[in-house]
Amino acid sequence: MADERTIFERARDNGGGAADGGLGARLGPLGDIGRVSGSLARATADFARAGRRLAGALAETGQDATAGASARIARELRDRLSADLDDRDPDHLREQLPLLWLISSFWFRGEVRNLGNIPEEGPVLMVGNHSGGNLTPDTFVFTLAFSTYFGVERPFNQLAHNLVMASPYARLLRSGGTVAASHENSRQALESGAALLVYPGGDWEVHRPTWERNRVDFAGRKGFIRLALDANVPIVPIVSIGGQETALFLSRGAWLAQLLRLDRYLRLKVLPISVALPWILNIGDFLGHFPLPAKITVEVLEPIDVRRQFGDDPDLDEVYEYVTRVMQETLDTLAAERRLPVIG
Amino acid sequence: MRLNESIIISAPPRRVWDYLADPSNYLHFMSGVTRWEVAGGPRSGLGARYRMLLRVGSAEVGGLIEIIEWKEERDMAWSSVLGVDQRGRWRLRELPDGRTRVEFRYAYGVAGSGIPGWVAERFAAPQLKGHLRRTLQQLKRQVEHEQLRADAAARERERAATSR
Repeated sequence: MADERTIFERARDNGGGAADGGLGARLGPLGDIGRVSGSLARATADFARAGRRLAGALAETGQDATAGASARIARELRDRLSADLDDRDPDHLREQLPLLWLISSFWFRGEVRNLGNIPEEGPVLMVGNHSGGNLTPDTFVFTLAFSTYFGVERPFNQLAHNLVMASPYARLLRSGGTVAASHENSRQALESGAALLVYPGGDWEVHRPTWERNRVDFAGRKGFIRLALDANVPIVPIVSIGGQETALFLSRGAWLAQLLRLDRYLRLKVLPISVALPWILNIGDFLGHFPLPAKITVEVLEPIDVRRQFGDDPDLDEVYEYVTRVMQETLDTLAAERRLPVIG
Repeated sequence: MRLNESIIISAPPRRVWDYLADPSNYLHFMSGVTRWEVAGGPRSGLGARYRMLLRVGSAEVGGLIEIIEWKEERDMAWSSVLGVDQRGRWRLRELPDGRTRVEFRYAYGVAGSGIPGWVAERFAAPQLKGHLRRTLQQLKRQVEHEQLRADAAARERERAATSR
């Protein structure tokens, strides 16, 4: 029997609710809205539940037609929010490659280096730094490069916040392998042999100010290390630069979220403020923005076998320190190569 | 979309064919190719499979290809098994003066990709055409260099034989 709960309810039960600070939040979503959208996700879930209640109530009063319509809306909403590994559709992804290629090549002038560092087969946990607000061009460029290099047939999943899965782009994302950020989905993806892409920094990193653009900031989130150890898979760091130049990011807006009591009433920890097209002053970035054509460069680093390198019972702090250090060093090198912002 | 480039090489078809038949040469003369590996089966000939990648724009595009036509010293064609749809063909024809006209045909696309696919094919064409042109120029250079070495070796052998 199908699980009648909303994806938010299931994710929360799995401990993956982003706003709850579960593993899903710590891993960080793809193109995530992260904690910012946690309360909206719950609000949407409430709406879905309300739709079902309304349908039930109307049915009881004999208004079958209206009840049917409401039930259909609730079902549609629930279907759109759900996501699992089986939603990945290599054929659909393959048909989208030309569009991804056009945007990646001509708008972002994407360049992905050393894809050969990713093991040719088998499960692998790819850990990236995240940039670009709610529209994350680094993920975009990397997904295209991965899919053409290894072929769309290779299982490849990315973690995303539930609200991202409810966006108008959900169908494309799901067919590309994006799954709701939860511990269960992460475990299932790796157990099925997929390459899994996570962004531990999540919303905290993706909304950092532009003047911190060349800084890896995972905010101390170490869930990805535990995940790699549990699944016994190598960690492949993915370092990207340029995403934080697609708009002028001014502040995460944590103070604004506090001032407006959003952290208390809506559990919004950040309320990012940026100057971005077409909004000019963009608060929240809920509707996304039109990204500037910043050059995106991505470099894939050598795999890290945590147990081989740090022993059978590794110190998570030590591993975290090592992973972020090698990523920061690479980011510094990439930054030194750039002559001008946006232009690259 | 199909692209077509040709060149005349100052060597007989046999020499050109021998060079093209060896998969280990492809990384040396194929412009833009970042991978050309034997993927099981015969190393060359009909049914040989290769995993190849070609840098176009921001991606390395390619996949698994299979040799589907093999007429010695005349035609070699491949088609994609996995990856983007592609067909390639080497067409060799001997000229009256003993040289060889080499034609390189390359067709590509993604079925079902609609208007973006149509646009992407056209945007990729100039870069791919450049790859084809440079590939033929490098093939000409490599084969003619080998031909010169072979001719020089033959002359040396002849000289040694007459001086004995």
